[in-house]
Amino acid sequence: MVPSRHFPVLPRQSIWEQIPMNDGIAIIGFGYSGFARATRSKSYKELMFEAASNAYSDADIDVRKDVGSFVCCEEDLWEGTSIADEYVPDQIGAALRPTCTVTNDGLGGLATAFMQIRSGLADVVVVEAHSKLSDVSSKDDVARFAYDPVFARDLASDPLMLAGLEMNRFLHESGNDREACADVASLNMANGLSNERASYGGRSTPAEVLSSETLAFPLTALETSRPADACLVFVISSDRLAKASKNQPVWIRGIGWASSTPWIQSMDMAHAAYARLSSAVAYRMAGLAEPKADLYEVDDTFAYKELQHLEAIGVCGEGTSGKMIRKGCFSPDGDIPVNVSGGSLGVGHLVEASGLHRAMEACIQLRGQAGRMQIKGARSAIVQAWRGLPTSSGAVAVLEAE
Amino acid sequence: MSRMARSRYDGVEITSKELKAQKYKIFPFTARFNYDWSTGEAVGRFLAELKEGRIIGRRCSRCGRILVPPRMFCEEDFRPTDEWIYVKDHGTIKTYSVSYLNADASRAEKPTVVAVIALDGASEGMGFLHLLEEVAPGKVEIGMRVKARWKPKAQRRGAITDIASFVPEVS
Amino acid sequence: MRRRVAVIGAGMTLFRRRLLETGKELSFEASRAALDSAGVELKDVDSVVMGTAPEAFDGVHMKGEYLLDGAGGVGRPYTRVYVGGGTGVFIPIAAYWHVASGLSDVCLAVGEEKMSSVYPHPQGAFNSIFDQQLERPLGVNLVWIFALEMRRYMHKYGIKEEEIAEVAVKNKGNALAHPCAQLAAKITVEDVMKSEPMVWPVKRLDISPPSDGAAAIVVASEEVAKKLTPSPVWIDGVGWNIDSTYWTDRELAYPLYLEKAAKMAYKMAGISNPRKEIDVAEAYDPFDYKELHHLEGLQLAGKGEAARMTAEGITQRNGELPVNPSGGLLGVGNPIAAAGMMKICELFWQLRGEAGKRQVKKDARTGVAQAWGDLMQFSSVVVMRSS
Repeated sequence: MVPSRHFPVLPRQSIWEQIPMNDGIAIIGFGYSGFARATRSKSYKELMFEAASNAYSDADIDVRKDVGSFVCCEEDLWEGTSIADEYVPDQIGAALRPTCTVTNDGLGGLATAFMQIRSGLADVVVVEAHSKLSDVSSKDDVARFAYDPVFARDLASDPLMLAGLEMNRFLHESGNDREACADVASLNMANGLSNERASYGGRSTPAEVLSSETLAFPLTALETSRPADACLVFVISSDRLAKASKNQPVWIRGIGWASSTPWIQSMDMAHAAYARLSSAVAYRMAGLAEPKADLYEVDDTFAYKELQHLEAIGVCGEGTSGKMIRKGCFSPDGDIPVNVSGGSLGVGHLVEASGLHRAMEACIQLRGQAGRMQIKGARSAIVQAWRGLPTSSGAVAVLEAE
Repeated sequence: MSRMARSRYDGVEITSKELKAQKYKIFPFTARFNYDWSTGEAVGRFLAELKEGRIIGRRCSRCGRILVPPRMFCEEDFRPTDEWIYVKDHGTIKTYSVSYLNADASRAEKPTVVAVIALDGASEGMGFLHLLEEVAPGKVEIGMRVKARWKPKAQRRGAITDIASFVPEVS
Repeated sequence: MRRRVAVIGAGMTLFRRRLLETGKELSFEASRAALDSAGVELKDVDSVVMGTAPEAFDGVHMKGEYLLDGAGGVGRPYTRVYVGGGTGVFIPIAAYWHVASGLSDVCLAVGEEKMSSVYPHPQGAFNSIFDQQLERPLGVNLVWIFALEMRRYMHKYGIKEEEIAEVAVKNKGNALAHPCAQLAAKITVEDVMKSEPMVWPVKRLDISPPSDGAAAIVVASEEVAKKLTPSPVWIDGVGWNIDSTYWTDRELAYPLYLEKAAKMAYKMAGISNPRKEIDVAEAYDPFDYKELHHLEGLQLAGKGEAARMTAEGITQRNGELPVNPSGGLLGVGNPIAAAGMMKICELFWQLRGEAGKRQVKKDARTGVAQAWGDLMQFSSVVVMRSS
């Protein structure tokens, strides 16, 4: 049991309202572009235009008439531009429209859209996020810059050092072992081979993973996701339009997001408290007595994070995730299909677009459009995102097809 | 519990005198980030044309606008733009200002005149920001006719600075 | 399903060119003051919204994450919203939807800015807001482009620098009654005209300073608000809008995006004649001409008419439509996200009759606050009403 001082009072009753079926909020369309190690022939604006065009075509809407609000998820330093929201509107149809940026993962953007619709501020909201990491030549310098300038930055000459510390502590407290982490990496990269969007699909055995270069002990290179470019655009609507949509709407049954402390010196490195808190909110909202779904897309920025997150959101008991992956429970044909998409390890890391990407992979499954990745009869999904080092922030969404 | 605005407000001021006297510890850090932004289709072509001494725009056939700077999408109709159209390298000043500041806010020795120039051949009001030279700051007017002063071909690199500045168009 | 939402408490720090406190500490001080004002503790808060402008100032990537413990975000839903200079009045809009959606009963909303961290001057950090290929290579300076807008506005409507300077005189004068003010002063139009040109037509006294500071409010659902205070201030209308990135292609003399944001807020608040129905306005004034520009966008003055309104004394504190009784950014200071929040705090105090020496003469029941940001591109508008 984790000491309660880390988790002050959970949000009060207001958040526990279950959303009745006739008051639902749904994903009625989505589109993407990129999904490559680098997309040098297109500017980020052109990538956004392509993804947005695909999304509006998929949702069958006229963006200039039907959309009430636009939410973009981005961080200045990944763009290389201050006040990056200046550069979003034209290419997503948002010129002279209500538009804002949240500096949050894409699931946080979905939560924002959710709240805007429930508040009656808009009927249809567009959420966009992208990664154009191929434009960022000094990724390590940017990553290092996220550390506390006085107390931590000097220690982070390798910005991955915190991942090593966390992984070590997590394995120590949970009783999972390094081999389990290697299993995650091996499985997710193999899953990536079935996903046309994956840039890093491949066959590496767990032994090969463990013997790959050590980056920040005990974290190895093949356990660390690598950068990719992509843009994702979602169209979210209230149930009124969702019912009329030509697509199978994917309902956002529950959504939660939370942060723990940003102080790396006192953060609970073994337990992803942000994931536990945000899942509690999402499950309660969705009326889930237990975290059961047909598939799970959880953050695997580093292989150990997948195990840590699965335990934190209650899909596995503490210390059991390693045994379960060894038994094949998380495989596409297992009882608990995890990261069938290939995750970040298989597809590539997409910074703020990561959560939105996983939500999209889940939506593709729930629409029955996942081809050779299809989990038969998939009706519900749990999607979880993390904002990455050095944060303790993340979000969880519960998605369901009708 | 008092509902009134507080009579005391938090905040410990550091005066510039105290700053110079180093009364408080300062923790310096210099950041340098490198980016290599893909210019993509629109800006890529625009810059390539600048190198050739030409300014190019894009036309949307639905609204009919000729857009400069060029982009592959029309933001009003939300559709792809349709064709490349060359525009002129002369035009009219929409607005201007005269800067007496360097980038670090220190005082500049001589003023810099900057202007937004609407280019002939583009749709009304379409243009870009550039420097204005060979005219006294007090003589600049909105509506003035100006033309680009290009760098010699050998010095052009495919950048906005291939145009050294705009100068008055003497008729 | 929309619930009524009210501001039940407000607090802020001093605004100064340089404050000793870190960004976390500034966030804490403002949050603590707001919680005290509302009579609630952090444990009563369901969610937190933070607003703070570019990372380039604080010198930390993902600075929303860095600041969150100071803003009460540990162990709860926390989100940073970011729309450049418009952030300060967008924060309460985000807080509004946290509560109106039913996902929170109580939301703490904080605006923080620490511009003094940048050496030698925050000005330099602004270069990175410009287009990577088409503008940065020109060595473009932030004040250049606002001066371009000011010149265009003056040209289109025949407004003179002297008329614009009246706003600086008014606001810096109003700020003398604000306990947190950085640049309160009794000045004259002549002082403004004689101050050195920075980027003509912008002169030193036309412009607000860079600042450190923070301001916060506590926002609650109707049910909770009525339990905690006899005078909640309702957020009755919210609106926001962004224009095309390609600002050189736009007509800068009139902020169309602000008109749309204002109409969105007025419609929600049931206001059909803003000039008559708004009692007090806090319009974003990082430059004196902006107050005029924004009054027109806010539909509180006809196009090109705001200068005349000012000359006639209508916008004075004891006037028919007081504008920026706080002293605005020109007088109180401009720690970007906190400055907009300062305006929200001001409306909160004005509409409850708690603004002390700054209290407007007329009986103020409905107020509008507005902020502006990005490449002369974005506006956020909030309409507040007393009970």
